[in-house]
Amino acid sequence: MKPAPFEYVRPTSINEACAALATDESVIIAGGQTLIPMLAMRLARPAVLIDIARIPGLAGIREEADAVVIGATTRQVEAERSTTVARGVPLLARALPFVGHAPTRNRGTLGGSVANADPAAEIPLVLVTLGGSVVVRDAAQTHEIAAQNFVLGPMMTALASGALVIALRFPVWDGGRIGVGFHEISTRASDFAFAAAAAQVVLDAAGRCTRCAIGVGAATPRPVRLDAVASKLVGSTLAETHIQAAVADAVDALDIMVDSHASADYRRRAAKALATRALTDARDAARGAPA
Amino acid sequence: MSAPANFKFVETPRRVREDRRFVAGHGRFVADLRLPGMAHVALVPSGHAAARIVEIDAAAALAMPGVHAVLTGAELAAAVDPMMNGLDTPNVRRFPLAVGQVRYNGEWVAAVAADSRAGAEDAAELVEVSYEALPFVLDAEAALKPDSVPVHPDHGSNVLLDRTFVWGEVAQHFAASQHQLAFRVTWGRNSTVPVETFGVVVAWDPWNEILDVWASIQMPKYADQIARALRLPANAVRVHYDVDVGGSYGVKRGIKHTVLAAYLARRLNRPVRLIEDRLENMRAGDAHGPDRIFDVTVAFDGDGIINSMKMRALDNVGAYAGRAPFQLGKPVGAIVGPYRIKSVEYRAVSVTTNKAAQEAVRGFGQAPTNYAIETAIDRVAAALGLERIEVRRLNFIRTDEFPYLIPSGTRYDSGDYHTVMDKVLAHVDWPALQRERQRLRAQGLLAGIGISACLEPSGGNSSFEPLLNPKNTTSTWMESCRINVDALGYVTATIHTTSSGQGHETLAATVIGEALQIDPDRIRIVRPDSLASLPGNSPVGSRMAIMLGGAAFHAAEKLKRKLIRIAAHQFGCAEADVDYIGGAIKQRGGPGQLSWIDLVTIAHRNFHLLPPDTEPGLETTHVMQVPTGQTLPTADGRVQMYPCHSFEFHVVLVAIDPDLGKPEFRRYVIGHDCGTVINPAIVKGMTLGGIAHGIGAALLEEFVYDDQGQMISQSFMDYVLPSAHEIPEVEIVHHCTPSPFTVLGQKGSGESGYLGAPAAVSGAINDALAPLGIVMSKLPIRIPELSDAIAAARASKQKETA
Amino acid sequence: MKVELNVNGARASVEVEPRTTLVDCLRDNLGLTGTHTGCEHGICGACTVLLDGEPVRSCLMLAVQADGFAITTIEAVAPAPGELSIVQDAFCETHGLQCGFCTPGMILTAEALLRRIPNPTRADIVSAISANICRCTGYGQIVEAIALAAKRMAGSNVPRETAPGEPA
Repeated sequence: MKPAPFEYVRPTSINEACAALATDESVIIAGGQTLIPMLAMRLARPAVLIDIARIPGLAGIREEADAVVIGATTRQVEAERSTTVARGVPLLARALPFVGHAPTRNRGTLGGSVANADPAAEIPLVLVTLGGSVVVRDAAQTHEIAAQNFVLGPMMTALASGALVIALRFPVWDGGRIGVGFHEISTRASDFAFAAAAAQVVLDAAGRCTRCAIGVGAATPRPVRLDAVASKLVGSTLAETHIQAAVADAVDALDIMVDSHASADYRRRAAKALATRALTDARDAARGAPA
Repeated sequence: MSAPANFKFVETPRRVREDRRFVAGHGRFVADLRLPGMAHVALVPSGHAAARIVEIDAAAALAMPGVHAVLTGAELAAAVDPMMNGLDTPNVRRFPLAVGQVRYNGEWVAAVAADSRAGAEDAAELVEVSYEALPFVLDAEAALKPDSVPVHPDHGSNVLLDRTFVWGEVAQHFAASQHQLAFRVTWGRNSTVPVETFGVVVAWDPWNEILDVWASIQMPKYADQIARALRLPANAVRVHYDVDVGGSYGVKRGIKHTVLAAYLARRLNRPVRLIEDRLENMRAGDAHGPDRIFDVTVAFDGDGIINSMKMRALDNVGAYAGRAPFQLGKPVGAIVGPYRIKSVEYRAVSVTTNKAAQEAVRGFGQAPTNYAIETAIDRVAAALGLERIEVRRLNFIRTDEFPYLIPSGTRYDSGDYHTVMDKVLAHVDWPALQRERQRLRAQGLLAGIGISACLEPSGGNSSFEPLLNPKNTTSTWMESCRINVDALGYVTATIHTTSSGQGHETLAATVIGEALQIDPDRIRIVRPDSLASLPGNSPVGSRMAIMLGGAAFHAAEKLKRKLIRIAAHQFGCAEADVDYIGGAIKQRGGPGQLSWIDLVTIAHRNFHLLPPDTEPGLETTHVMQVPTGQTLPTADGRVQMYPCHSFEFHVVLVAIDPDLGKPEFRRYVIGHDCGTVINPAIVKGMTLGGIAHGIGAALLEEFVYDDQGQMISQSFMDYVLPSAHEIPEVEIVHHCTPSPFTVLGQKGSGESGYLGAPAAVSGAINDALAPLGIVMSKLPIRIPELSDAIAAARASKQKETA
Repeated sequence: MKVELNVNGARASVEVEPRTTLVDCLRDNLGLTGTHTGCEHGICGACTVLLDGEPVRSCLMLAVQADGFAITTIEAVAPAPGELSIVQDAFCETHGLQCGFCTPGMILTAEALLRRIPNPTRADIVSAISANICRCTGYGQIVEAIALAAKRMAGSNVPRETAPGEPA
């Protein structure tokens, strides 16, 4: 399984990368963990590979006032081991061990995962759940797209041709007792999930939920933030039956994927179970968290 | 032969000597070979499940730089003989490349030889093949229908084999039994899928007229079949056995790859290398496994005694015969499992469809058959409201009944099934396990215990061939070993096969060391090539402990006797009056004593001191026939299949979240009795590895074809192999019931774990589902389907109670 | 294209097509056949090498991406010809292999794990090797080997070191 021939260029700046993208049939490679198998099976046959992995300024984890900004070519393992991420975006820290296997996280990048937009991908799910955004650069300018407007469908994003993902903004929740939960179900750990759920909550001193974010993915064509669930749960003490009911209503209304691997019924059922679990985990973690 | 109770080297922990080179990355696998001028092959696959080949246009491919040849089926079929069929089905012809017609999605239509694999693939894409699609059939039951399209029109139908055996008074036993039940179970198409694909390198030496072959091979009569196909004298083919094989478990019989590569090597006069890539391997390596529907009826009494069984095994062979039909024959040798079932009617049906061909898979059909038999036991227990343990206890053959003749003509050599079962139940603490199941259920999980009791016939024999093809009169199934002690007293012995991780060098050295009472680490094992080798039949049928161990032992005994003869002659006494101790020989009641090196020196240098009619040197050879293998099948199909029968007893506890549907192992215990264990680490590895294969077959692995005949599980993304997460910690409970037929009491263990694990895992899931009143009757049992079945059962229960 | 690689502590200059994977470069250009290909699409792990001490799938890297890293293959693990590292010896002690095809990847994964987590739990070990498929052993004796190696490394008087070629 050898790829069809291609050329390889290594631009040294974002501008150069965007310019190279203007070439016909050129494609970006960063980590390559998804692209290279496609090349090996000759399902992808680009004429030019543009390697952006070493462009200065595209990798790195930086704290801003209300967000952790992660450069697109930051390796997943770096985010996994980052104390900044652990502190500022605990939901991402919780989700990262589910991404592929350790060897693929040593090479794969966060930007690559979001640009690829596989429905089962964990990083886009976290980004959408937290209401984060994708920083994009095309030849002319930089702009920011809300995550739920960036990931449009299976392997489909709002990335215009000739544009590059340059960073991801993960919102940081300030104050209060924060807890997170992340669950997915797949045939084997690290396989593409049938369903996944990500949750983050804040509890006040009385144990009442003051803020909630819950998203499901893998069962749906793209990650979906369940705002209706979140608003029902805010103000409550997150009793399990209450969570279950809110989740059930919301997931019943979702457009669920069906394919040869699983029925829509299964994915829907699993999504409900996992979303409930993610929220109860988040609640229990928040109860134990320092104020 | 009975086994001595105390061994010096056998049964004691000993490192497997082969491990050393592998941990350092110094294995010598076929893809590691570099020969000057070597051409690389890539294959052109068919996209159709069935189609006439209208035209092959290779012009663009041939014009690519570095391309040496584009070979088509037409050219190849004119130059080589078709590959051998086991059954008498001369109109089911098979060549390495499709001839005139493609018969399954992915079948190789043309082969490109080029300077590099990448270049060959580039050119392969440019080979233009035009097809005329033909009707196809994928389902075995559809293929059985008289109006189904035959995959081989010249054969007239899709039925390769349809034979019914009746052993014992089946009708009478059924009539006299109080109860009957019938069920169907389906074993999905999977295989052992080694991490290394099949590969071969062939070089033709026109000056010595020898075809050199290096391959990742596990196959008897490989050199013979190469010679036949290529119409070469058999002694013009030299297979190199010192190639390390990266796992096989039965399936690496790439004769089609080899014939193709050999033809090209002779045509191009350069070495040719064909290493399957993973896509070629999965779709068209023709190494799929049984794809089988069992319809079973058992007749039993209210006390749980099972009197008789009817079984129809319908196997979906794929587009060519391969070894598949014989995988219906070998299980005849253990058709009643470990049970005293008095009579059996067995209908073996083998049909062609437009799927890839099967190859011999670990156990050669025994694992699927055990799945059917163990399901029968569980269903009988459920029908009568009896404990599954008790039904097994009642029906087990008793230890005092061995050798035990089963209705289909095989005598089981020895066993103690009750003791193994009791040991396992004690180890697992059966009542505590049942309480644990209850505790899990109380938490809202589904939980179940699975039990399976299975035999591992071992020793190998090809009696299934004459059984299913009366024109085949083969009853010889041999293995050899040659021992040479050199002039300095060092021992070198030969084995005549490739190995794929079974530790044969360690096995042979240990047995020879035991027999000669010298340290096995001083014994070197070498692998001559096939021209310099003695007869052998490769590690199939879980045979090498018995056969290689046996041949090595006998050769060593011959050596010992020669040493004794030499010593006695020196001492001037009778051979009975000397003692052989640790390689030295002492006269009993006399002064004579000779050390090992004394004896060696006499043999090598002092011809004048040798007894009359003694050959100089110290070299012995033994060519051994399989124990109990001396008769052909009777007219009603009774035959001694394999000589020895190991036994395994699995107990598994599984928990399932009812919504998510993922079975999780909470406990896995296996009781294992393979007689004398020559090397404990090797046997442990076989057992644990076999269980992993079994878990894969039960829960994860299947070659799936869509309704257009496209194989959609082409890569490891869709064909799911168990990782370390999927395999639980396994506890092994050991027991030893030696075989009376082997030199040390050893039986085989190469298939252990695999033969019983799928039945145990399936049984555990069905036990978990029992409160819902549903069963899963098809393997693999997939998570979404399991969850959906649970949800449907709960919904209908709710409706009932509403 | 010409690429300068750092393999097992030595500089290696290779001429490769851009499409040549790192595993094919190691095997074909540099003759380091201890690293194996099992699937060429990043699932089986037989191609595992260490990149700056961390396991990666060398079939999921192009040779042209591999400059500037310290690449370690199985050939560099044995301390000297005929000698075995603690991890390698532990695999021999527990028989944590059979056919040997997945073994180089397993050994490197184990070496990297034990450098990062000297005292791994069983779950740590299982998680680390879950990226490497073995079809022979069922993993039991592999887990035992790594646990044994951890114990022996803790008791050995050799100072903990970085991988050969790894930046100190």
